[in-house]
Amino acid sequence: MLKIKSKTQDAVLFYLLRITALLVIGLLLFIMFILFKSAWPSISKNGLSFILKTTWNPIEEDFGALPFIFGTMVTSFLALLLAAPVSILIALFITEYLPTRFSQIISLLIEMVAAIPSIVFGLWGIFYLAPFVKDTLSPLLKANLGFLPFFSGASFGIGILTASLILSIMIVPTITSIARSIFELIPSHQKEASYALGSTKYEMVKLAIITPSLSGISSAIVLGLGRALGETMAVTMLIGNSPIITKSLFSPAATMASVMANEYTDANTPMHVASLCYLALILFIITFVSNIFAKSIVKQFSKAG
Amino acid sequence: MINYKLIRYIKNKLFAFTVILSAFMVLLPLFLIIKFVFTQGASSLNLSFFTEIPKPVGEVGGGMKHAILGTLYVVTLGALIAVPIGISCGVYLSEFSKSKLSKTLKLTVDLMSGIPSIVIGIFAYLMVVVPLKGFSALAGGVALSIIMLPIIIKTSEEILKLVPNHIREAGLALGLPRWKVIIFIVLKGSFSSLLTGIILAISRASGETAPLLFTAFGNMYLSYEINKPIATLPVQIYTYAISPFKDWQRQAWAGAFVLMVLILTMNLIARYIFLQLKSNKKGQ
Repeated sequence: MLKIKSKTQDAVLFYLLRITALLVIGLLLFIMFILFKSAWPSISKNGLSFILKTTWNPIEEDFGALPFIFGTMVTSFLALLLAAPVSILIALFITEYLPTRFSQIISLLIEMVAAIPSIVFGLWGIFYLAPFVKDTLSPLLKANLGFLPFFSGASFGIGILTASLILSIMIVPTITSIARSIFELIPSHQKEASYALGSTKYEMVKLAIITPSLSGISSAIVLGLGRALGETMAVTMLIGNSPIITKSLFSPAATMASVMANEYTDANTPMHVASLCYLALILFIITFVSNIFAKSIVKQFSKAG
Repeated sequence: MINYKLIRYIKNKLFAFTVILSAFMVLLPLFLIIKFVFTQGASSLNLSFFTEIPKPVGEVGGGMKHAILGTLYVVTLGALIAVPIGISCGVYLSEFSKSKLSKTLKLTVDLMSGIPSIVIGIFAYLMVVVPLKGFSALAGGVALSIIMLPIIIKTSEEILKLVPNHIREAGLALGLPRWKVIIFIVLKGSFSSLLTGIILAISRASGETAPLLFTAFGNMYLSYEINKPIATLPVQIYTYAISPFKDWQRQAWAGAFVLMVLILTMNLIARYIFLQLKSNKKGQ
C-alpha cells in the first residue's frame, strides 16, 4: 500500500518535470510559429523574392530585405575577420604562454567583458569610437588604401566600419572562451611529445594544438558569428540606419536587427509590421542554422577526441 | 646554405611576439571602455541620480530613480516566471539525463540562448502587447524571462550534476521515494549554489535593452503598474544617449556606470560562489 503511494508520488513529480521540459521545447517551436504567422501577410505577398529585393519603402509599402541582409552579413563577417585571429591568439596566450595565475586573471577579465551590456558598448561607441573613426582611422585608411573602393567617400564616424569594430570587440570573449576550453582539452603528453622531437614552441603550438583542434576552432568562430548576427543595440547606435547597399565601409547601412529596433514601434501599416516580422523570422532562421552547425562540429570534435 | 636553426628561432620569437601583441590589442579597447565608463560615469553621478525622476525636457537635473526601480521590477517579474520553470528543467536534465526528451531539451536550450534578443522582443510584443493593447511591465517581464530561461536551465543542470551519486543512493537506500530524494536531498543541498545560476541570469537580463524597446517601452515617471509601460535603466540610457541634450548624455554615462557596476558585481559574486562550490566538491 505504502509502496504504491510513493510510486504514484514519484510519477507525479516525474510528469511535472516532463511537462516543464515539454513546455520549454514547445516555447521554441511556438516562437517560430508566431513569427511565421505574423510574417504571413508579407510572405504571401512577396514570397522568397523578399530576400533579393533592394527597396525598403514603408510609405509605398514596398519591402525588400536585401539591404538589411547585406548590412548584417558585411558587419558580422568584417567583425569575424578582425576578431577571430586575435581571439584564437589570445586563447593561446592564456593557455600556453602565461603562468596559471595570470592566465586566470586575464580570462576572468575577458569573461567580464562578455557580461558588459551591449548598450554600454553602444554608448562608448557613440562618444569615443565614432569620433576616433572619423578623425583618425578613416583619414589614415584613406591616405594609405584610398585606391580601394571600400575606403571611398567621406566618413561621418557612424557607419559599417564603426559598427564592425564594436562588434569585433564584443565577440572576442565568445570566441576566446570556447577556443580556450578546446585548447585545454589537448592532453599534455601530446605537447610533450612534440617538444621531445625537438620542436620550438611555435612548432609545438602549430602541430600539437592548432592542427588537432581545427574543427573546434571553427565551431568557436561560428558561435561568434551567431552572436554578431543577432547583436542589436550597439550596432543600431553606430551603423547610421539607412537601408542602402554600398561598397564603401565609411557609409551608413542598416542590419536586420537594427531596422527592427528602429521601426517596430513606429510601424503602423499591417504590411510594414508583417515585413519586419518576416525579417525577424529570417534572422531567427539564420542564427538557428549557424548554431546547429556549430553544435554539430563540436559534437564530432568531442567524439573524435 | 640556409641556416634552418636560425629561421626556426626567428619564427618562434615572431610568433610569441604576435601572440603577445594580439593580447594587448584585445585588452586595450576593453581597458578603454571600462576606463571611460568609470571616469565619465563616476563624475556624472550624484545623489539626485538615485532619488529623482527626470525633469521636463530642457531643464538640467533630475535622475533615474524610476528607471532603477523599473529595472528591478521587470527583472523580478522575469525571474518569477523563469526560475521555477528553469530549475525544474535543470532537475529533469540532471536526474533523467539519458532520456530522449533530455537530449531534445538540451538542444532547445542551446538554440534558445542563441536567439537574438530583438527577436525575443518581437515575440513578447506579439504575445503580450498586442492582446493587452498596450506596452506593459508584464510584456517586459515575459521577454526577459525567455532570456533568463536557458541560463538558469544550463547552470542548474551543471550544479545538480555536481551532487555525487552516492548521496542520491544513500537516500534511496534509506527507503525514500525518488521525489523526496530529488527535492529534500538534491535540491535542498544545492540551494545556495542554485542561486548562482539565478544571479547570473538576472545580471544578464538587467543589461538587456533590445527586448524591452517595444515591450516595457519606458516612461518618464515612477510607475508600479503591471499593465502600464515602465522605465528601465538600459532603455533609459539608450533614449538619453541618442538625445541631443548634454545633460541627458551626462546622465546616460551615469546610468551606464551604475548598470555596469551592478552587473559586474552580480557576476563576480556568482562566479565566486561557484568556484568555492567546485573546490569544495573536489576536496571531498
